[in-house]
Amino acid sequence: MEATITLDVDGVRRELTVDTRTTLLDALRDRLGEYSPKKGCDHGQCGACTVLVGGRRILSCLVLAVACDGDEVTTAAGLAGGEGGPHRLARAFVEHDAFQCGYCTPGQVCSGVGVLAELEAGVPSHATAHPEGPVEASDAEIRERMSGNLCRCGAYPAIVAAVREVAR
Amino acid sequence: MKPFRYTRARDTASAVASVSEDPGARFLAGGTNLVDHLKLGVAEPDHLVDVRGALDAGVSELADGRVRVGAGVANSDLAAHPLVRARYPVLSAALSSGASGQLRNAATTGGNLLQRTRCPYFQNTTTPCNKREPGSGCGALHGHGRDNAVLGISEHCVATHPSDMAVALAALGAQVQVLTERGERGVPVSGLYRLPGDRPQYDTVLEQGDLITAVDLPALPWVRRSAYRKVRERASYAFALVSVAAALQVEEGRVAGVRLALGGVAPMPWRAHHAEEALVGRQATEEVFREAARAEFEQARPGSDNAFKVPLAVNTVGAVLRSLVEEEGA
Ligand SMILES: Cc1cc2nc3c(=O)[nH]c(=O)nc-3n(C[C@H](O)[C@H](O)[C@H](O)COP(=O)(O)OP(=O)(O)OC[C@H]3O[C@@H](n4cnc5c(N)ncnc54)[C@H](O)[C@@H]3O)c2cc1C
Ligand code: SF4
Repeated sequence: MEATITLDVDGVRRELTVDTRTTLLDALRDRLGEYSPKKGCDHGQCGACTVLVGGRRILSCLVLAVACDGDEVTTAAGLAGGEGGPHRLARAFVEHDAFQCGYCTPGQVCSGVGVLAELEAGVPSHATAHPEGPVEASDAEIRERMSGNLCRCGAYPAIVAAVREVAR
Repeated sequence: MKPFRYTRARDTASAVASVSEDPGARFLAGGTNLVDHLKLGVAEPDHLVDVRGALDAGVSELADGRVRVGAGVANSDLAAHPLVRARYPVLSAALSSGASGQLRNAATTGGNLLQRTRCPYFQNTTTPCNKREPGSGCGALHGHGRDNAVLGISEHCVATHPSDMAVALAALGAQVQVLTERGERGVPVSGLYRLPGDRPQYDTVLEQGDLITAVDLPALPWVRRSAYRKVRERASYAFALVSVAAALQVEEGRVAGVRLALGGVAPMPWRAHHAEEALVGRQATEEVFREAARAEFEQARPGSDNAFKVPLAVNTVGAVLRSLVEEEGA
């Protein structure tokens, strides 16, 4: 069964007809040619497919494209090619050598941009000492908040350093 | 994946009507469990009714002091809500310990309650599983048993319920609001779930088309002193081996009030009534806490791979309650 939907991808309005079974990840990659969101596990366990929908980070492999009809989607490519040049976090990833093979990197960057907004808004995490207490960009906080993005090359220390630099 | 029709519900009443009349229809909320099940072939609906936009996504205080959480509130928003952080720290902590930041942004209150077991045999359609395919047998009973439950099990199913949030809600004694074709009804969180018995395919008492619309948190000022501790294979982004949600009120060194619920050990969030009863009026010491926890596990039936859960849960109960005593002293 098919449905026609509209997605705003990195600032560009795109209309497409999809099988209702299509995930947002498959719609972006296979239908719209947006290859920065990566397919890792395809079951929500690795974070490689992370994108921002309405400014919030989510996993594009566990949401149906039809459920995103009308939404604003930001991918890592959108974060890299904005008007003012690459997002500060994308630059920090390069400066800190926060990747090796690079496969998880677009998801890491999207997730990190989500983390920055969550820290800014004072959203608590499992690493926050007391749910009512203040939220700071400590290494423990960043590690906990980024735990949904796996990196098989083990670039974690540099990823934490990159997020920390932009958060402060 | 089987083809399905997708519709967006205009409102909750029409959502209930369309799913009630169609046995092949299912509600879709955040999709983080259901979309996975579609891919795995664990669920094969022919119609998905998206309720995300129709459900209340707000948290509000009721006139009698209770707090109402809409079923559409994202797990991340509930964890961060000022009312929840201030009055129900155990709930905020349980939510923050679950899944990942991305998943919590998509997952909803209703979907979290109704997520299904992570039993590996349930999720693998090539293995027997009475919960997925009634009568096919239980792969976990004599298979990989590390994750299995020790309380409330039957020979037909030994799976645990995976939700962290539900453990905190069981400790709080929260009430689930359900919209049915016959009108609205309230169900306590502990009464929402069923034990497997010989019909493990039914996780809850809800019927086809019953929609969770809200969860009400009771007005209980003393649960401000509450905590959630989750023991798992890695420090983050893993389901619980054992978890403990607790609230404690101490007067003159004795337990005046206690709420205790356990995760990772049973087919449902396990409210530890035996332990609670054993504790009221007793000295608030760690040895007393552990003794009460041991009383709760007298009914436990551990297998060869998961016997560690009993002492682990007893120790965790002791440690969490002790930390709450110390918090009072501070
Ligand atoms: C990798 C991974 C790790 C995870 N780790 C954890 C963890 O550590 N702790 C934890 O607690 N959870 C964990 N989760 C599970 C996650 O919390 C659930 O998937 C999520 O809460 C489900 O909510 P949803 O809104 O996405 O539900 P959906 O997937 O949309 O729905 C789930 C079920 O509920 C039904 N449903 C949804 N809303 C309603 C409603 N209002 N009324 C009636 N029926 C409804 C649907 O029909 C479906 O059967 C993890 C998930 C993944 C993928
Ligand atoms: S424990 Fe339950 S869910 Fe797991 S295989 Fe057995 S019947 Fe299925």
